[in-house]
Amino acid sequence: MAVVAPVKVPPVVAPAKADRGRRRPRRRWGLNLIALVLILLSSFPVYWMFTTSFQTNAAIRSPDQELTPVGGTLHNYRSVFDSDNFTTAFANSLKVTALTVVLALAVAFLAAVAVSRFRFRGRVAFLVMILLVQMVPAEALMISLVKVLEGWQLRNTIIGLTIAYLAFVLPFTIWTLRGFVAALPVELEEAAMIDGASRWGAFWRITLPLVAPGLVATGIFAFIQAWNEYTLALVVMIRPEKETLPLWLQSFNYGARGTDWGGVMAGSTLITVPVIIFFLFVHRRIASGLTAGAVKG
Amino acid sequence: MTTGVLPEEGMVPGEPTPSGSTPASRPGRGGLLGRVKALPYALTIPALVALAAGLGWPLVRLVIMSTQDYGLRQQFGAPAPNVGLDNFTEIFGDSYFWEVLRRSLVFCFLAVTLTMVAGTAVAVLLGKLGRVMRTALSVSLLLAWATPALTATVVWQWIFDSRFGVVNWALTKLGFDYEGHSWVSEPLSFFFVALLIVVWMGIPFIAFTLHAAMTQIPDEVMEAAAIDGASSWQRFRDVTWPGIKPIFVVLLALSTMWDLRVFTQIYVLQQAGGVTRDTNLLGTWAYRTGVGSQQFGKGAAIALVMVGLALLLTLFHIRQMFKQEEI
Repeated sequence: MAVVAPVKVPPVVAPAKADRGRRRPRRRWGLNLIALVLILLSSFPVYWMFTTSFQTNAAIRSPDQELTPVGGTLHNYRSVFDSDNFTTAFANSLKVTALTVVLALAVAFLAAVAVSRFRFRGRVAFLVMILLVQMVPAEALMISLVKVLEGWQLRNTIIGLTIAYLAFVLPFTIWTLRGFVAALPVELEEAAMIDGASRWGAFWRITLPLVAPGLVATGIFAFIQAWNEYTLALVVMIRPEKETLPLWLQSFNYGARGTDWGGVMAGSTLITVPVIIFFLFVHRRIASGLTAGAVKG
Repeated sequence: MTTGVLPEEGMVPGEPTPSGSTPASRPGRGGLLGRVKALPYALTIPALVALAAGLGWPLVRLVIMSTQDYGLRQQFGAPAPNVGLDNFTEIFGDSYFWEVLRRSLVFCFLAVTLTMVAGTAVAVLLGKLGRVMRTALSVSLLLAWATPALTATVVWQWIFDSRFGVVNWALTKLGFDYEGHSWVSEPLSFFFVALLIVVWMGIPFIAFTLHAAMTQIPDEVMEAAAIDGASSWQRFRDVTWPGIKPIFVVLLALSTMWDLRVFTQIYVLQQAGGVTRDTNLLGTWAYRTGVGSQQFGKGAAIALVMVGLALLLTLFHIRQMFKQEEI
């Protein structure tokens, strides 16, 4: 099991380790101190974004900053919802994200079944190609993608952006789902068929439910990718009414020119919170999928 | 991968494999969808079509455009004349290209070095902490990792804001004269902030993955080494390092690839600071040349240099994976 190799949580301090720790209490304190500094450094930006988003403009601009959250106002969130395009951008983001997730899951699942259930000529070539295309930098394709989508009359459309996103999430989703499907014994399907289920019956009742966790994990990954994506959207969606949320945030930020940090942080919070919540569920799979089977279990 | 589900290519069907069962290869025992010869190909078609449309064809177009004089006139329908390798001769003869390339490589080198060193240190630390601290550190690392690149950059921009930013406030409190100091309008401090953002976002993935690899090393080996009197540095060098080296190499390749193509952080900070010429990296320069000033041909040539660099790293990455028999 490589691709979905679980990131093992080490056991609660083994007795031997506890002994070692007891022998050197001072060292344990040193480590804890370092950890504390790292915790502060690592979480401060997210904390600061959150805190600022609830502060009044007067408090934000005061020469005496408060590091702890005091008071609180929803004014910044109101200004976000009242700003040009926020609701449109939100709708656009939802549409392109939903479309990307659904298509990516369907397409990747079929390919995953092919590479993990069949031996066929070109299978290894297909897998190598998946790895190869995963490495093509989206940043390099911005320029020609514009021309390609213009040629198809799909620039500034949800479909056009989805085509681009789909190609960039597929390698990861195929690779991860392949691990899930391969982990499922074929015998289960066969047993169902012996018991009288049809092929599709066995598939719907046995295979699909068992692969469901994999579909959820990869679906969340695709969601995060499409929801966060900025670079390709920047060149594909150039009309204001076609902006996605990241584009909206950057025009809001740029337009404010450092005068409405409360609003900008409220916008950032609204975009980030769903991602963080989803991320908590799937980070292990993302870690193992990104290294594409490098951890040998 | 799980051996057994997939027999190795070239194995005689029906021949017993080490794991004993080769369901997919036995005639008549093909499981759910096994018997149809063309089926696996049919199943990969949607993926191939999607990849061709969103990646393959744009890549081909990029190569074609890089050999064309594709500018503003072509935007309005004029045919694009083929100019061979002129775009490449132009950028390779441009001292600015070498400046940007060197800057990109230096930035990448610094970012990768800092990320890998700090990531490894955090991974070791995670293994030594007690449960409470380890959980707290993991959660805060997750926060950094989960934050989208764009919002992260915007938040750091706020933290380093010249007038109301918390960094200037704190430095001024500590007695330094940082009131109104602009971090992003001067190249050196611009790259300091950019580097901070990239490294801050990059550490968690490295730390978690290496930590996971370290927990695979049996405790007994570590203890035996400790009993034999190995210092913690010796234990790291002789026990931990050989265990994590394969994954470390893969992470190194991935990080290099990611940090070479960094775009969002640089682009957003450039919009805040206003110095673009002295802060362009390959990605932002290709974008500004191609899409910004409509020199699509030249932009495509710059972009292809990026693809070339990525390809070199990828071949290395894939070779590593073949070595580890992952394919």
